[in-house]
Amino acid sequence: MASRGRTVKARSAQTGVWALLPGALSLAVLLTLMGGALAAIFSVAPPIRPVAILQDPYIGKVVRFTLWQAILSTTLSVGLALPVARALARRDQFPGRRLLVTFLGLPVVMPVIVAVLGLVAVYGKSGLINTWVAYLGGETALSLYGLTGILMAHVFFNLPLAVRLLLPAWQTIPEESWKLASSLGLSSRLLVRFIEWPAISPFLPGVCLIVFLLCFTSFAVVLTLGGGPASTTIEVAIYQSLRYDFDPAQAAMLALIQFTLCTSIALVLVKWIPLLAHSSGRRIDARHRPDLKNPIGRTLDISLILTTACFLFIPVLAVFIQGIRGPITSVISNPDLWWAVLRSLLIALGATGTACGLALGLALSARFLRFSLRMPRASEMLILMGSLSLAIPAMIIGTGLFIVLLQAGALDRGTLLVICAVNALMILPYLIRSIAPTLMRSSQQYDRLCAQLGLRGWSRFRVVDWPAIRRPIGFSLGIGGALSFGDMGVAALFDTQGDTTLPVLLFHQMGAYRFDEASVTAVILMLLSVSLFWLIDRSVGR
Amino acid sequence: MMLPRLSPTWSFLSGVLLLIATATSRADVPILTVYTYSSFASEWGPGPLIEPAYEAHCGCDLKFVALEDGAALLGRLKLEGARTSADVILGLDTSLTMEAMDTGLLMPHDIDLKTIAFATPWNDPVFLPFDLGYFGFVYDSESVGTPPASLKELVDNPDSPPIIIQDPRTSTPGLGLLLWMRSVFGDEEMAAWARLSPRIVTVTKGWSEAYGLFLEGEAPMVLSYTTSPAYHRHVEQTDRFKVAMFDEGHYQQVEVAARVTTSTQPERAQDFLRFMLSDVVQQLLPTTNWMLPAVRTNQALPEAFLEAELPARILSFTPDDVKTNRKEWIKRWLAAVER
Repeated sequence: MASRGRTVKARSAQTGVWALLPGALSLAVLLTLMGGALAAIFSVAPPIRPVAILQDPYIGKVVRFTLWQAILSTTLSVGLALPVARALARRDQFPGRRLLVTFLGLPVVMPVIVAVLGLVAVYGKSGLINTWVAYLGGETALSLYGLTGILMAHVFFNLPLAVRLLLPAWQTIPEESWKLASSLGLSSRLLVRFIEWPAISPFLPGVCLIVFLLCFTSFAVVLTLGGGPASTTIEVAIYQSLRYDFDPAQAAMLALIQFTLCTSIALVLVKWIPLLAHSSGRRIDARHRPDLKNPIGRTLDISLILTTACFLFIPVLAVFIQGIRGPITSVISNPDLWWAVLRSLLIALGATGTACGLALGLALSARFLRFSLRMPRASEMLILMGSLSLAIPAMIIGTGLFIVLLQAGALDRGTLLVICAVNALMILPYLIRSIAPTLMRSSQQYDRLCAQLGLRGWSRFRVVDWPAIRRPIGFSLGIGGALSFGDMGVAALFDTQGDTTLPVLLFHQMGAYRFDEASVTAVILMLLSVSLFWLIDRSVGR
Repeated sequence: MMLPRLSPTWSFLSGVLLLIATATSRADVPILTVYTYSSFASEWGPGPLIEPAYEAHCGCDLKFVALEDGAALLGRLKLEGARTSADVILGLDTSLTMEAMDTGLLMPHDIDLKTIAFATPWNDPVFLPFDLGYFGFVYDSESVGTPPASLKELVDNPDSPPIIIQDPRTSTPGLGLLLWMRSVFGDEEMAAWARLSPRIVTVTKGWSEAYGLFLEGEAPMVLSYTTSPAYHRHVEQTDRFKVAMFDEGHYQQVEVAARVTTSTQPERAQDFLRFMLSDVVQQLLPTTNWMLPAVRTNQALPEAFLEAELPARILSFTPDDVKTNRKEWIKRWLAAVER
């Protein structure tokens, strides 16, 4: 055994350089895009001292608030997502489950303003709840504005995302574990402790990180539902300095501060990432769970799923109903709409393609670092790099790359490529967080076998790794596609030809008082996003 | 330029992109490039009507480049500097003009101002006003019986309706209200904001969020423009939304255009500016941009625009005042309303 182990290691070392290449390439692309963007901004305006910015009491206050609301929102979103995901994993047979899980992807792709209007339609002053309560003669103290509103909106966006990112964790629990647990007669509590927690915990820090980054960089939601300027995130300050103070250097410096803060927090989270669980399996199969028939558990699961569904889908439904009552024919007979759809689709495909390449490169080399070179920390760092691109605002990367294009005289040709690239960076974290753990597990399970069979390189990827990762890849590509399809921030920066994307069109409609038309466009946007998700998930993940 | 090797998918994609790009540009006709904000150039704005009219007049290709808003427009101009392809910029407001002058990229319009009957006194050698508006609080007449009659009443009467406003750090109307409060209350404006603050339901990033929330019924009153009710009357045939006219007067927003020095066709740029002031354009602005003409035309305003919704007094600061004080005033605003 010992000698075989040595051979494996020797062979690995030989292929070492090559196995590190994809990761190095991905990393180079990442650093070039992010660093290049920042450098480009500093090249047009000399950088200012970060200390001076941090000593500004306004910025200090903003940073504290940003951190505080992000920590609260993450705790709440992920904390609530855990039992919901568990309930969904445990009840894997009920009718409509698949549809429910697909629709969980809706909130995260809704344009912020549409989601806010949906929430308001239910929980607002003239919303459903207040209307009903008033009808019954009561009065609620429900006010959407303030920390409540911020947390509610962040849970609305991120709970379903976290559930969907966590669900695959249960898929890693092999049937044998359940059978064994059944024969031992383990209680629900012990199942969590000995089977479920070890399976979930490797996913948890990554999910927390993504949700944290999303809440940390949240902007319009925080400002609108926060009720006033006391609820200001760093992104607001970045937008303000880039847009209204015409101070790109200050904006880039703030972005750098944001990046540093997020990196430090990510590093803390990484320390908690436990070793991988010894498990395998590809399909959720809860049939052999011993606690399936427990009536209390059953009631609990059903009510959890129902409550979540109501909380998430009533606002979505409100948006739908508003859209369906709108001027549908005049909106869909507008050729500009379909051009915008096409453009959004191109961006989505370009962005997901790029992000997929980057994520695979990082994950493959990270795996090599971990298992062949026995450098788990370096491996985690590589994956972390792929998770942090969310921490630099799209607006900063976009502006930086715009300057690069401008100086290269390639503004006409490069615009769509840059939009794709920035979107790719924004969705990379989702991909890397779902691809990396699965790839690691496949390695843990099959490395030795592959070494014995002499399976290496591309053939190994095709025969062993691809079947293991195609489901999480399909799923996260689906999310990525839907997200970049619905992206507004980046595309709005570059509107050089007057060419709009679907979300930008929606923004134009609102800007022209056409809120009715906008609500129809919102529904089209949501339907197309969810179809895109479904299509990618089905075609890749199967 | 060094390009990375493209995979087949990428080659295909960039091919498609190139096709789209080339299909939209015409050859051999001089192109006049105008930077503007997106709602001006969008389908519902005046852009699509102005474009064919001007192209017929000049025999050139008029190209609008649409940026998110006036501030984004100026930001783009600053980033591009002398490399800009803009011949004309259209859609800055007077709180941004000083900032724009500092770029050194704008040149005098060389148009004799005496020959034009401006609706507001005008003597700027570089910027020409093409439309104007007044900030105002729009209310829902189904939930507000008698609106406050003055800004003082809105601020001081604890029973006046709750409002939604925009953030002066991120939006033009938000900055407009800040200046409005400043011109009415002077140095006492912080105390006034503090008194108003409990009735501010929320402060949004931009106009769309605020107006959307208002239409959803989140507050009976919203900061917008005095011409907003005209939109509802003209397009939706409803009288439900009205604007509260204030005794102290309303803060004015003037939207301006200017020529860019780096342009290779300054005469055509000047011709376009003149065209913007012509009756043709001025008369279509009210019902497309929902702003008032900057030049008196021989035609009355469309019916939806009521005489009663024109402010009796007009408030404004000079662009210089705004530039010097904006940061300080925003700081004071923050201190007064942060709760």
